[in-house]
Amino acid sequence: MQIDNDLVTYLETLSNLTFTGEEREIVKGDLGNILNAMTHMGQIETQRVQELSHPVGHVNVFREDEPGLPFDRERILQNAPRRNSEMFIAPGTVGS
Amino acid sequence: MGALELSAQIQAGKIGAVETVAKYIRIAKNSRLNTFLAIPEERVLARAKEVQDKIDAGITLSPLAGVPVAVKDNISTEGTETTCASRMLEGYVPVFNATVIDKLEQAGMVVIGKVNMDEFAMGGSSETGYFGAVRNPWDATRVAGGSSGGSAAAVAAMEAPMALGSDTGGSIRQPCAFCGVTGIKPTYGSVSRYGLIAYASSMDQIGVIGTDINDCAALLEIISGPDTRDSTCVTDAPFAFGKENAAKIKIGLPRNYFNDSIDPEIIRAIFMAVKVFEDAGAVVEEFQMPLVDYIVPAYYALSSAEASSNLARFDGLKYGHRATEAKSLSDVYTLSRSQGFGMEVKRRIILGSFVLSSGYYDAYYRKALEIRGMIKEAYNQLFARYDVILAPVAPTTAYKLGENITDPMKMYMADVYTASVNLAGLPAVALPCGFDAQGLPIGMQLIGDAFSEPLLVAAARKYQACTDYHTRKPGVPNL
Repeated sequence: MQIDNDLVTYLETLSNLTFTGEEREIVKGDLGNILNAMTHMGQIETQRVQELSHPVGHVNVFREDEPGLPFDRERILQNAPRRNSEMFIAPGTVGS
Repeated sequence: MGALELSAQIQAGKIGAVETVAKYIRIAKNSRLNTFLAIPEERVLARAKEVQDKIDAGITLSPLAGVPVAVKDNISTEGTETTCASRMLEGYVPVFNATVIDKLEQAGMVVIGKVNMDEFAMGGSSETGYFGAVRNPWDATRVAGGSSGGSAAAVAAMEAPMALGSDTGGSIRQPCAFCGVTGIKPTYGSVSRYGLIAYASSMDQIGVIGTDINDCAALLEIISGPDTRDSTCVTDAPFAFGKENAAKIKIGLPRNYFNDSIDPEIIRAIFMAVKVFEDAGAVVEEFQMPLVDYIVPAYYALSSAEASSNLARFDGLKYGHRATEAKSLSDVYTLSRSQGFGMEVKRRIILGSFVLSSGYYDAYYRKALEIRGMIKEAYNQLFARYDVILAPVAPTTAYKLGENITDPMKMYMADVYTASVNLAGLPAVALPCGFDAQGLPIGMQLIGDAFSEPLLVAAARKYQACTDYHTRKPGVPNL
């Protein structure tokens, strides 16, 4: 499969990543090779096969509805790159 | 001395827990293999003193009490930096322990440090990490395997008696094979993943590495069992390995694994292992492993899809690397992630985004899910015929540092014997089974049906009782 710049740009957007010029060329080449190696998946008949997204078939596993102690706010904030005493700080998204 | 024997001596008062831990810290700090990323020495020694005090007070802890254990750096350790070998998490200090760490502590084991790995466990050589490659103790110009390369190399180099690793597509078994140590990738759902920093959640599984199967089984008894904080941890109770008899087991041997893509010396070693099992009373029968050509494509489609979703949490806001020059929220996300992740991680996120994207989802992601269903069904049929499947771990022994790192497809194809086990959620034990002409270890794996660890452990014990490959140690690293 041929990977062009438009597709890489689209995938950058989906992935919240941006590549340098050199990285972009590497990604184009590698992604093309990897997808070429995956194309033969299309040759196998799977119409009557059940998809398996997870080896454990359980759904909706609930624990007992018991109150517990949450983490202390100060501990949750301690790894934040930018913070004040109460919250994470991020650039504004509304107005200026 | 193995970990069980070491603990017995500590608990009998013949040696002290503190002096034992101090000895291993000294060895680990002087390592030239780039195995350890963090050794919080003061806290580790204080912890060893606590354990010694409990032993002195006559408190029974576990058969591994006092034993130092190295922990892969994707397992959260409260108060100790946990980086996943990534710039993204450089300086990140978890505020909670993974469940397995709590269990180690309850058992009186001492976590001596965090060990190196492929970045976010994405790789098969422990070369993709931000803090440099792990070197192989048997030949320091070669890779240790990955992604749990630091865990396996630390045990092989006697820098730690035991280690925890994680296995998503072979990441415990392959470094065990490359470093000549023993490891168990448990059944999915038998060991809590709470606190394991996720790569591909439906395949990730924490497991154990040691010098022999008895040590590994003892450690797996400690870390396994249910956990209300992980709804996929479906087991009812921890493993309790007794005296299962593996003498008369029926072993399946996938004949089509032994072709011209695998090193002939590995084939010879595996067939010698077959002879050992036959001499011990096992029946070995060859079969054709189905779907082999689809294992690696399906595994990389699904694991990359899950990775692209799991790693979306690294946004530069709550923890982890943040680009200082970012002005807008969108820039914070994009620049922090672009700077924080290495090339292999970016490659897999991009691949995951591709297979999940509109227009390609059915052809890649859904198709891979269907193939995964077929692989699981194929294993169900195989385990109706065989108790255990004996297979190679990797097509080669440890290769030179840098030899494959620029060729992702070559690296990915090396997972051909291991990844199907993760797709099906099965357990497997990796064991040393020989050495090649260059003196490098060769590994094999015993694969079992879900929750058949007791039988796998018994079979591995039987093999190691008849061979001495697991007792051999590397010399001084050739640096």
